[in-house]
Amino acid sequence: MSAFASAPADDDREWQGDYVRYDLVKEFVVALVVITALTVLLVVLFSSPDDPPVTIQQWARADPGDFVATAVTDLDGTSEVATYGPPYNNVPGAGQKVFGVNTQTWPGVHYRIDTARDFVLDPLHSIPGNAALKRALASYQTAPARQQSRWTSAYSAALKHARYPDGLPKLPPGHYGPVAPMMSSLAGLAESGGLDGALLTSSQFYQTNYTKPLLFLSGGAFFESRADAQHLLGNQWGMMNETGSYPGQVWLWLYTFWYQISPFNTSENADAQIWVIMAVLSLAFVCVPFIPGLRSVPRYLGVHRLIWRDHYRRVEEGP
Amino acid sequence: MSTEQASRSWTGWIRQRAVRALPPEKLLPDRQPAYVASWIYVFGVATIAALIVIVASGVILGLKGPAWWHVSSVGRFFNSVHLWAVEVFFFVMVVHLWGKFFMGAWRGGRSRTWVTGAVIFLVAIGTAFTGYLSQQNFDSQWIASEGKDGLNAVGVGAYFNVADFGQMYTFHIFLLPAVVVALVVWHVLLVRRHGVVPPYPARRREAAPATDQGARSK
Amino acid sequence: MPGFASLIDLNSPAHYVHWHFFQMSVANILVIALMILVFIAAILLPFPGRGRES
Repeated sequence: MSAFASAPADDDREWQGDYVRYDLVKEFVVALVVITALTVLLVVLFSSPDDPPVTIQQWARADPGDFVATAVTDLDGTSEVATYGPPYNNVPGAGQKVFGVNTQTWPGVHYRIDTARDFVLDPLHSIPGNAALKRALASYQTAPARQQSRWTSAYSAALKHARYPDGLPKLPPGHYGPVAPMMSSLAGLAESGGLDGALLTSSQFYQTNYTKPLLFLSGGAFFESRADAQHLLGNQWGMMNETGSYPGQVWLWLYTFWYQISPFNTSENADAQIWVIMAVLSLAFVCVPFIPGLRSVPRYLGVHRLIWRDHYRRVEEGP
Repeated sequence: MSTEQASRSWTGWIRQRAVRALPPEKLLPDRQPAYVASWIYVFGVATIAALIVIVASGVILGLKGPAWWHVSSVGRFFNSVHLWAVEVFFFVMVVHLWGKFFMGAWRGGRSRTWVTGAVIFLVAIGTAFTGYLSQQNFDSQWIASEGKDGLNAVGVGAYFNVADFGQMYTFHIFLLPAVVVALVVWHVLLVRRHGVVPPYPARRREAAPATDQGARSK
Repeated sequence: MPGFASLIDLNSPAHYVHWHFFQMSVANILVIALMILVFIAAILLPFPGRGRES
């Protein structure tokens, strides 16, 4: 005789069988006490992590070469941030696509970032009393774009031979134009801590928007190397991890999984593609009751027969 | 006032519908069907308990502001309570979710209970995300710099800026918890309204009589 | 940080389990393993009986 097909589906009717006394409020109070005690125990055992944030000052002091290399690409518009596309800037061809649709460009530019102006030129203009710097800035900004590009390319290429005797870049002789004194002054401003402040409060006194300093930091290798050391990178299942040996956001396992496998681990559109996958899976998760096949899986898996084994024993074997 | 007169007022109409859907003995029953007899059933209330610890520790953190826990050992204690309560919350919520899946708990008109529960899970992930962003330490810097790429790739980053601490903090301490709490209240009321899902129909014995009350698989 | 210190310091770099493309911290693996164990225990452990009313 078929095990399931012949039984009527009366799942929505009031239960006609036996009841047991069940004190919900007492259960809630006990749960609250137990959960609170468990949490406090974990706190006493492990506390919580608090790795201090990276500042541009730390970056410039610890790795001035990486700082200057990043700043030059921000100046000449070849950096990752400069070529990011919306919501920071309009760059032809930039932006991730899914099925040929450029999902990144929909909202347009909302937080305009011109890396040359915001990360280099405006902070340099704020330095008072340095006549040589003012002349260098004027020389750079009035030069044609091709000349600017020749200066920044020569500077970038020569950086590998740079020395930093007092924390500021000293390059071998070359045709860098005003870029050399500009980068030297920018490194000095960064190492003094002034660049952190300039990037944050450039437009207003009160500010909670860290987009500019964070984007500047994220363009460099120093910031990423700190994350690499903590296994927080995308290809290290980093989304799930926490600094130190603490458990992280374990529930993000499926989201980070896709970044580890082909084709997403080499795709330029991985973020958009994986968002679409996760959106579809999340929708399916919410709609389980309405998806034929999926909603029948528990019945066939039979784990419920373990959960309700007393009930089935009474019903199927009799008293 | 007669029943007929009460139903003509908006208040009376709402009261009648509410009392009909959830009379006191349904809202706060002191008995449950006999099949509600497994430790798996405590994980729902455990999730609510964890949520209360999260909110309470969050309120204390909020009272002293976001920088407090970096400079005070008492602040660090409450930050730790908040963090571990979140780990416990997701732990017990997922065990609850597994149990409900294997029980097919959406059966018998309970699909809204499943849907609200699933949405709570997703909104809680978002709430935790904004919490990690609000830490103001290296972890929050890194999560912001990585998270922005996913959100920008689908156009959401223009409206939800993970590098804007003020925006993320506001979402975290009020907007998203309000949604979570409202959904949890709705979810619990649905459970009280429809009752705990009964077992899947039992396998029929070959010569089973139809009159045995216990054999009715409801 | 004055005063409050934990009994076990988890601030050292984590240990990781590697297998092909899979890598996970020991902490996260412990959490997942515990969840599975707790789920199995919740289903298998007997629940105290209550007064039955027919």
